[in-house]
Amino acid sequence: MRSLLGFLVRRFGWMLLTLWAVYTVSFILIKLAPGSPFSAERAVTPAIEQQLRARFNLDGPALQQYTDYLWNIFTRGDLGWSLKLEDYSVNQVIAEGFPVSASLAVFALVFAIILGVSAGVISAVYRGTMADLSMMTTAVLGIAIPNFVLASLAILLFVFMIPIFPAAGWGTLRQVALPAFCLGAPVAAYIARLTRAGMLESLNREHVRTAFAKGLSHRTVVLKHVLPGAMLPVVSYLGPATAGVLTGSLVLEKIFALPGMGSHFIYAATQRDTFLATGMVLTYTVLLFTMNTLVDLAYAVIDPRVELE
Amino acid sequence: MTEPQPPHGSPSSSDADRSPSQKLPGSPGGVGTGNPMAESPVDPDHVSRGGRGHAETLTRILEESRGVRGVSLWQDAWRRLKRNRPAMVSLVALILLGITAFLTPLLPLQSPLDKDLDHRRFLPPSTEPVVMGSRAGLKFREASLKAELQAFEAEITEARAAAENSADPEERAKALRRIDNRIAVEHPFNQLWNKLGPVSFAMVRARVALFGDYAFPSLFGTDKLGRDLLARVFWGARVSLIVGIVATLVSLLIGVTYGAISGYFGGMVDAAMMRIVDMLYSIPFIFVVIYLVTFLGEEQVKARLESFGIDQITIFYIIIGAIYWLTMSRVVRGQVLSLRQEQFVEAARTVGASSMRIVFRHLVPNVLGIVIVYLTLTIPAVMLFEAFLSFLGLGVSPPDVSWGLLLNDGVEALSSIKLFWWVVVFPGAALAITLFALNFLGDGLRDALDPKMKNRG
Repeated sequence: MRSLLGFLVRRFGWMLLTLWAVYTVSFILIKLAPGSPFSAERAVTPAIEQQLRARFNLDGPALQQYTDYLWNIFTRGDLGWSLKLEDYSVNQVIAEGFPVSASLAVFALVFAIILGVSAGVISAVYRGTMADLSMMTTAVLGIAIPNFVLASLAILLFVFMIPIFPAAGWGTLRQVALPAFCLGAPVAAYIARLTRAGMLESLNREHVRTAFAKGLSHRTVVLKHVLPGAMLPVVSYLGPATAGVLTGSLVLEKIFALPGMGSHFIYAATQRDTFLATGMVLTYTVLLFTMNTLVDLAYAVIDPRVELE
Repeated sequence: MTEPQPPHGSPSSSDADRSPSQKLPGSPGGVGTGNPMAESPVDPDHVSRGGRGHAETLTRILEESRGVRGVSLWQDAWRRLKRNRPAMVSLVALILLGITAFLTPLLPLQSPLDKDLDHRRFLPPSTEPVVMGSRAGLKFREASLKAELQAFEAEITEARAAAENSADPEERAKALRRIDNRIAVEHPFNQLWNKLGPVSFAMVRARVALFGDYAFPSLFGTDKLGRDLLARVFWGARVSLIVGIVATLVSLLIGVTYGAISGYFGGMVDAAMMRIVDMLYSIPFIFVVIYLVTFLGEEQVKARLESFGIDQITIFYIIIGAIYWLTMSRVVRGQVLSLRQEQFVEAARTVGASSMRIVFRHLVPNVLGIVIVYLTLTIPAVMLFEAFLSFLGLGVSPPDVSWGLLLNDGVEALSSIKLFWWVVVFPGAALAITLFALNFLGDGLRDALDPKMKNRG
């Protein structure tokens, strides 16, 4: 218990350090950029620009701005105001987009794990059969086809040709299904390959032979004795998988016109909405860090030999 | 994936012909020697002192051992790779792809840029013959690229001769500049192709000489601006492949250097360097990159960078390379960590080789196997990332073409009511097949270079 607490505290410390580094780098980059965030719009009079700068706290010396922003985040969790979305604070934008992105990501991951693990188990157990071959070929295809191509083909197929899913919109399960499927497909393909490799390795272990020798049913052996061992690489892949899903959601939110964080992020980055973009990057960092920590914890739970460090 | 691997030795037969300047072999000798006698030649003089029968046995063994060749890891791996059919098919396909991509300007393809909004928008794939330069809007003489090229070059030669003849040097410089401007705008190649380099320019010229006005029909159909998709897929392959390869090489350079240094020095240096990698791992890099790309894509920043001779595609390589080195550095570090206890490193240190020399001369060559495997797995990831960025409108920008950009166009066309399937299917298939082949090749290489499989299978 103590080691767990220590682990979490250390991780939290690292997260703060990482966040600080990310923030500092993006701040420096923003300050190095020529022009101002307002220069892209219609020419504003100096007086108005002065007002704008004052409103967004961009008029002080650079160091002052840097520490002010940092102070606001640490004391109130306040990420500032969006420069381009009028009267929206960054926190509001994130609060609106986060549920959409998070549910999309969770659906995609759950779908990917279920599909990937079952496909991997089946193809390992029936190794060398047609089922194995076809599933593994599909898996390589799933890795090789970019998810936006998959998404557009899926739209073509399931929205226009066989209209079972709506093309866009958000809220019902039917509207979530198609984007989540497209987002999860490459991850599922990867998990299937990892599961298969892990299964094949642990099928040859001695404890599995013992289990068979005891007369346990095939099913029990596979599910109780082989699968847990085979899950280790899959669990450690979940960290990168989360990163992949977060990235992929940028594209899928664009294709399916979902009001998530990803579409806001792209908008912020291209429109030079510096506060919004910085806030989003920081949020994504926190998400990824949390997920990585959870994965490490899960790893230690599954494999008692692993110590948290 | 990071389990220790025995050092990759070179064949013992080649140890003898190493250049004398390299005092130490970078590896502890032939690993895969089937027969130990091959490494310890028997001195016949020594043998003659023993019993006669004994000497005969030894000479016989010596004779036999001459026939035995050490099998280096590379030979062994190549033998195993050759037996892996999907990997070999992929390898051949990739080599073919590379050659065609390189020779694209030489092939009788249509122009990848020439638009025809009136007659050729969204034409389905067809085998209808096409004549280069026949579009009325181009105003080519005799509606032919060949005739236009000849006429234009004749005009330029004439104009140049006239300019050379003018007495006033200032006047002459001005006239020559005018001619250069005219070439940049009016040259038929510059109207039909985008920024041809000197090599590509010569190749297009050769193509006109070879094929005249013949061009492949629009086998892949045309896109929303009436441009030929077949030509665009071919030209896009060049950009996509170059981005994939160069960015991967950048990541290789950073990752191998970083990992090897970290692993070799160990201790505090290693701990600090790996902490940094851990930290970078938890940064959602894609977002930082998107941020960076938009920032660096601004007109003013672009202009300033171009004054240093850095254009946008170079930045692209560097940025992508800078993300994908993390895994590579971890893998290399793990390998080097286990290798640095080996005797050949000790030996190199004893004769006074510097740390840098040991790292790059003796350690890095021994981790090449795993590095190559990661290379083949990083290239598809980078190509996918390029496609992804181009799809978001942040990558390669028109008039350059890449597969990602073509797919973006395709996906846009899909959302309309009519089904222009060819605009997405052909570029998508090109990208998918390439990635498919790279993945298969990477898997095959991983199996082939796996030391556990040595001299088996």
